[in-house]
Amino acid sequence: MSDFTKHLGHEVRRGGMSRREFMGRALAAGVSLTLASQLYATSAAAQEPQRGGALKLGLEGGAATDVLDPAKALSQVMFVVGRNWGDTLVESDPLSGAAVPALAESWEPSADAKTWTFKIRQGVTFHDGKALTVDDVVATLKRHTDEKSESGALGVMQTIGDIKADGGNLVITLAEGNADLPLLLSDYHLIIQPNGGNDDPNKAVGTGPFKLASFEPGVRVTFEKNPNDWRQDRGYVDSVEIIVINDATARVAALSSGQVHYVNRVDPKTVSLLQRAPTVEVLTTSGRGHYVFIMHCNTAPFDNNDLRLALKYAMDREAMLKTVLSGYGKIGNDFPINDTYALFPEGIEQRAYDPDKATFHYKKSGHSGPVLLRTSDVAFPGAVDAAVLYQQTAQKAGITIEVRREPGDGYWSNVWNVQPFSTSYWGGRPTQDQMYSTAYYSKADWNDTRFIRPDFDKLLLEARAELDEAKRKDMYRTMATMVRDEGGLILPMFNDFVNAAQKRVKGYVHDIGNDMSNGYVATRVWLEA
Amino acid sequence: MAAVPGSSQNLDGTARLPAGDPLAVPGAPGSLLVSVDPAVPGTAGKRPALGRFAARHPLAAMILQRLGISFLLLIAVSAVLFIGVEALPGDFAQTYLGQSATPQAVENIRRDLGLDQPAATRYFAWLGNALTGDFGTSWASRNSITEQVGRRLGNTLFLAFFAALISVPLAVGLGMISVLYRDRIADRLVNVFSLAAISLPEFFIGYVLIFVFAINFGVVSFPSTVFDGMPFLDRLEAIALPCATLVLVVLAHMLRMTRAAILNVMEAPYIETAELKGLSRARTILRHAAPNALAPIINVVALNLAYLVVGVVVVEVVFVYPGIGQYMVDAVTVRDMPVVQACGLLFAAIYIFLNMAADILAILSNPRLRHPK
Repeated sequence: MSDFTKHLGHEVRRGGMSRREFMGRALAAGVSLTLASQLYATSAAAQEPQRGGALKLGLEGGAATDVLDPAKALSQVMFVVGRNWGDTLVESDPLSGAAVPALAESWEPSADAKTWTFKIRQGVTFHDGKALTVDDVVATLKRHTDEKSESGALGVMQTIGDIKADGGNLVITLAEGNADLPLLLSDYHLIIQPNGGNDDPNKAVGTGPFKLASFEPGVRVTFEKNPNDWRQDRGYVDSVEIIVINDATARVAALSSGQVHYVNRVDPKTVSLLQRAPTVEVLTTSGRGHYVFIMHCNTAPFDNNDLRLALKYAMDREAMLKTVLSGYGKIGNDFPINDTYALFPEGIEQRAYDPDKATFHYKKSGHSGPVLLRTSDVAFPGAVDAAVLYQQTAQKAGITIEVRREPGDGYWSNVWNVQPFSTSYWGGRPTQDQMYSTAYYSKADWNDTRFIRPDFDKLLLEARAELDEAKRKDMYRTMATMVRDEGGLILPMFNDFVNAAQKRVKGYVHDIGNDMSNGYVATRVWLEA
Repeated sequence: MAAVPGSSQNLDGTARLPAGDPLAVPGAPGSLLVSVDPAVPGTAGKRPALGRFAARHPLAAMILQRLGISFLLLIAVSAVLFIGVEALPGDFAQTYLGQSATPQAVENIRRDLGLDQPAATRYFAWLGNALTGDFGTSWASRNSITEQVGRRLGNTLFLAFFAALISVPLAVGLGMISVLYRDRIADRLVNVFSLAAISLPEFFIGYVLIFVFAINFGVVSFPSTVFDGMPFLDRLEAIALPCATLVLVVLAHMLRMTRAAILNVMEAPYIETAELKGLSRARTILRHAAPNALAPIINVVALNLAYLVVGVVVVEVVFVYPGIGQYMVDAVTVRDMPVVQACGLLFAAIYIFLNMAADILAILSNPRLRHPK
């Protein structure tokens, strides 16, 4: 065995590498396929989870205003809290992003993807001892469909026409076909509660691996193990304690002094300092969030596609990634999807910084005079620096950009989605369909690039109802190319999730779904004795 | 015992009124923070009954009057708070719903909370409830504010109490020592050290303490999170670092005031008498100078106590301590008006109460004011 494959095996044992990644790198190193599989199996077997111990997390994003009702979960802390005590019908695969069964054992769509039948798992009990029934599921979903619940999943649920029980099965009828329905039900707000949480939404009784022990909003949340968990492959620690630490320096101090095992949101600028600590490991995971420069396609001078192309070619993505994110991210290609999404269309050529092409398109556009770009530090961390850097790289192509710094208060109501050229931020969405529907569908409220294309809208609706994955992927490729070459979006980079843990925390899964192992961090890791 | 500390200078340079002029205009609130006018009532001519009461029980009358003014002041503060939060851009429904804010959802929330009513109506409805001790429920969490505030305030007072317990005797003691060894090495050390501590921002002191004691030596616990049912000794250990930070921050102010006030008195003829009598310098300071320098010291102590309660939000954030400052900041972020109002009012009440107590104590410490002509 070469040193390189030994190194890879070590990575797997540390839990730092997925099977896919391992195979890819081992094969690249010239190891045969069978040998690589065997290597992965032996390395992975060496990391048999250990049970027991008290896990402590120090997390940013909790406030005194937090409530346990999963419908109202907004903050990072409540996201993790919900994952600990509750389950959704469907989960997303941590590596491929595909829908995988949870409380729903299996599902079947009708041919037009309008009627979906979900088989609900038998033998699952809630923390209070009651058995999970299909009625609980129906009541939960109905509660989130109701405006009064103020559910964060309301937007998702509004597409659902009818929810009913049919024997032991759940039947959902949609107004329009949607092949992504199972993934939509993996939304972290949609935790199944007894009687849908209608009795007391804040009770935090669910089917998850941990039972809530105490809850002080904005301060501390504790859990103990659920001994009757229906799954054996999670919930390895005996208890979980979440301490809300909103100060970035305090989080890093708590981790390096060994008081907590895991922290989220490490500032990319201080990662290199943290890496020097011998007991700490930095965990970076690719994310779907992206930093953007957006132009309104229907407003002069940006209604000219040559000017838009010129501005896209004038963006030095590599430099931007290095400066603004200290390298903790991936460069973007001017469409809002990256390979963390299921059905990502591979093979679209990466757009690079090209002053010559930028000059060419700029001259062709016939535009003259400076282009006004509005920005503010609230757009994304380092947005003002990013705008100034862009100004410099554009100048090399002969394009003059005037950077105007706007006040942070009111930026989202007065500048974003109002002014024709500004900086902004987008969090990811669970599916490509959701991302495009939210911001690129011509009638969407947040169509912040004013991208109005009937052919794109048509394709979007067709793709949504298409059950053949190969066909769908092709449609998404066409849509991505449209946005990339004709849209008003300049997307220099996707930001990584940067978290950190003690080295004795094992089994961390780099879930492409969302930050903190898609919120499952406490249920998936174990502590090495 | 005739000398009264004359006009002295605060650390921040604000001039202090001559303490204890019996003819001071009654009821003139002066500056809320530094006024030490004893406000001995003199309204006998206008309101005979009140005047007679005031003449017979000057101290009681003064306290009553102070209480009345404080109450009016609190009402004024609540109005200012209300206007301030109203003026912030963005409203609760918008902020709370964030990305899921559809016009319909915003409208629902606004109607549920009565935000569609005019501001004046809402203010007076709130004021009416607050006067009966009901601060209502938080808009964001729908929990009782009184309960939450009680718990958070308890934490803040716990920390403030121990910080005061250490810092006040330490400051006054060190102040006396620096007078005793005036212009000698001990005095210089105390001054340099305390000035250095006050010059550094508190978050920086906090980070340095964390770095040295929690990370490098690992002798104290961090973060300083406290929770219900935490054993008392664990709590004490948890607040060690924030307490030390607060002590360092408030020490210099009180120490230098003590030193200045006593030095001021040390010029007086009766100190010379004491020295000529053959009293030791330490005894002279303790028995003769310090009691006459009490008024300004009490004032600066009260100011710092108030700071320990209402000004510690930065320390709370740095040390992850669940105090009331943090609670209020969380509420401001989402424009949770009832919580902001309740916390703001509480802060104002504590400030006013401590200042009033300082005034009264300052008067009690001065025999001339205790027994007006």
